[in-house]
This record gives sequence, structure tokens and C-alpha cells, in this order.
Amino acid sequence: MDIILPVIIVSVIGLIVGLGLSLASKFMAVPTDEKEEKIKECLPGANCGSCGFSGCDGYAAAIASGDAQPDLCAPGGTATAQKLSELLGVQVSTEPKKAFIACAGAPEITTAKYAYSGMMSCKAANLVHLGPMECEYGCIGFGDCAAVCPFGAITVTNGRPIVCMDKCVGCSKCVGACPKSLISLKAENIPTLIKCSNKSKGAAVAKACKVSCIACKMCEKVCEKGAIKVEDNLAQIDYSLCDGCGKCKEACKRNVIV
Amino acid sequence: MPSLTSITAILLAGILTNNMVLSKFLGICPFLGVSKKVNTAFSMSIAVTLVMVIASAVTWPIYNYLLYPNFTYLETIVFILVIAAIVQLIEIFLKKYIKPLYEALGIYLPLITTNCAVLGITMLNIQNELTYIESLFNALAAGLGFMLSMVLFAGIRKKLEAADVPEFLKGLPITLIAAALVALSFSGFSGIGG
Repeated sequence: MDIILPVIIVSVIGLIVGLGLSLASKFMAVPTDEKEEKIKECLPGANCGSCGFSGCDGYAAAIASGDAQPDLCAPGGTATAQKLSELLGVQVSTEPKKAFIACAGAPEITTAKYAYSGMMSCKAANLVHLGPMECEYGCIGFGDCAAVCPFGAITVTNGRPIVCMDKCVGCSKCVGACPKSLISLKAENIPTLIKCSNKSKGAAVAKACKVSCIACKMCEKVCEKGAIKVEDNLAQIDYSLCDGCGKCKEACKRNVIV
Repeated sequence: MPSLTSITAILLAGILTNNMVLSKFLGICPFLGVSKKVNTAFSMSIAVTLVMVIASAVTWPIYNYLLYPNFTYLETIVFILVIAAIVQLIEIFLKKYIKPLYEALGIYLPLITTNCAVLGITMLNIQNELTYIESLFNALAAGLGFMLSMVLFAGIRKKLEAADVPEFLKGLPITLIAAALVALSFSGFSGIGG
């Protein structure tokens, strides 16, 4: 029987190899955190990195060790944050965040510095004397943010990007695309927002743009809670104090607060 | 001990003239699949080289002391079994002791299980009747050759991304044409080192 010996040889090799592997996996086992595994199951597994960690595994490890909040996952959104907060027994704010562009600039309200006829990209235009607008902090309006948005939530009309709140999922892709760093993620229900990012002195700002913060401090004076402060020639809101009374909006002569 | 000349000849042949990917057309799958970035191509090649050398070190004695001369036809199945086990073992080992390398190699490590270049080199060692030391160097050379072609091709693909390619050639077609041209240029090495 010629068949028996080869069968035995292959089976014995298989057996030795299998035994070796199972022994190895026992002795060299890496203890995995059960909590981490459960957290991983809650995450979408897209490994997009918008949480700031290397991927879903990295984020799960960070949550498990308490280094990260469970509400950082943008693609998972509210559903994931809720699942995680149930799992961990902690309260997280599950308010969805949306992109906010801190500039009201548009060709008809912002003074032009020069006529730009290069590549139609904000990043490229920004390399030429910080863009064709007089305001070097403001929106260039070629829509790098719109181009990068995977959900089509940003549209540029008349040289001005507008965020569609229904479409925006808060993935923060646009945040990195803006060469002027004008975009940030803000909770949708925030009552007051400063729609200007210019940190130059008042007179220069007034010349550059019709809708701009000239650091007149009217909002600061009218705020009863002391939530709004002008720093670096720009009004800034402390959201822990703001109660959304809206007095600053009335006081602002330049329509910067929305 | 093989002489220095024969080892040099083996290394030269493995890297240039008998290049695994570009002359023998083995391991084409990772060559096309993992060569999008130079970094990943390099990591993958290191893993492949490692597995090739270890696999040769294990399969050579198995063949020569266990299978030869009566059961040589078991070569393929036994080698596949052993290589798969070695890859698994390396994975477990790296996960425990060299975590950063394990994470860097990621999915590429288990992919090597089915890499025909690894099976190819172990079988070529037997076919060419190399000694134990020679077959180790042959595996090392094949791994380095694999690395050379992977990294070269990753660089070429990077250039291809920026190139203005006709619509009907975009993607895999132009990649395959580029691969063919690289293989053609490698045929110019034939004859070096005997």
C-alpha cells in the first residue's frame, strides 16, 4: 500500500504544524482588552481618521484607556456616540456638529486687491499675496471646501461658499481644505456665531470688507454675561457663558454676529 | 561551504537576471496590488524576504530528509502547508514582540501565505539542487530582487499618477504596460554573473 506512508507523512507534518501554531498562539497570546473589542464593534470601521487617531482601532484603544471622548467619530455621528455612551455609561453630548465658515466675505462686499486669473483654487490663489481679496484673513471663494466635501453639502454661489445644514454630517474634511482656516465644526444649536476672522486693526478692516469685525467692542459692552470679548481685534465668544440673548447681534453695526 | 564566487553569482542572479517578478513572473499579485506607495511596497518586500528565507530554511531539510527520494511528488502540498504555518507563526511572534512592525505590515503579512513567489523560491531551490547555505542565499537574493522591483515600480506608478494618460489606458492597463517595459529592461541583465 503505497498510499499509506505519504498520507501519514502529510498528516504528521500537518499535526506538528498545527500543534506548534496552537502552542504559539497560547504562549505568545497578546491580551486584548474586552472593552476595546466592544468599542470597536460600535465604530463604523471606516478608518477615516477624522477622530484624530490612526484609525478605528486606534480610537477604540484611546477610548478604552480613557484618553479620548466617545463623541469624536464623525461618520458614525449621533448613533455611534449614543451607542458608545451606553456602553461606557458616560454622558456625551450627542448634538451633531456642522461646518461653520467664519467669514461673510463675497466679491460684492469685499474689496479686491488685484485681478486674479490663475488656477481656480483657494490654495493656489492664497500663494499669490495671500489671495486676490483685500482682506487677507477672509474667504477666497474658489470653493476648495466645496470640492473636498464628499456629501455635496457646500456650494459656492457668487463667490461665497454656503453650507447646507441638512447635507453636512460634520466629517471635518473641509476644515483642512481651507487655506485660511476659516472652517470649524460647531454644534448646530449654538445661538451666536462670529462670521469674521480678520485680526487687523479696525480702519484697515473697514476698508477691506463691508461685513467685518472692526473691534469696536460694542458687543462686549452690551453683553450682560461677559461672554463676548474682543481679543486680537476680533470678537470672540465664550460659549460657557453665552445664553443666546441676542443683544450683541443688535449692537453689531457691521452684521458680523449671526 | 560554498565559495564566495558562487554566493555572489547566486545573489546577482536572484536580484537581477532571474528576478522573481520581472523574469520569472512570480508574485505578480502583490507586485500590482501593493505597489501604489513606495512605503508599503518596501514593508511588503521586507516581509516577503523574511518569509522566503525562513521558508527555505525549513523546507529544504523537509524535502531532502523526509520526502526525498520516494515522496518528491508531495513537495507542493507539504511546502504550501509549511509556508502557511510559518507565516502564521511569524504573525503571532511579531504581534507579541515587535508590535510596531506588526502594525506596519498589517494586512500584507497574511497575504504572503498565498504569494506564489515564496512557494516558487522554495521549489526552485530544490529544482536547482542547491545546498542548504546556497538555498538560503538564493532566497535572500530573491527577496531582495522582489524588493528592488517593488520599490522601482512603486516609484514608476507615482510618476504615472501625475502623467497625462489617455482615457482608455487609465488605471490597470497603463500599469501593466509599465510593468512590461520594466520587465523588458530587466532582460538586459541576462548574462551577468553566469
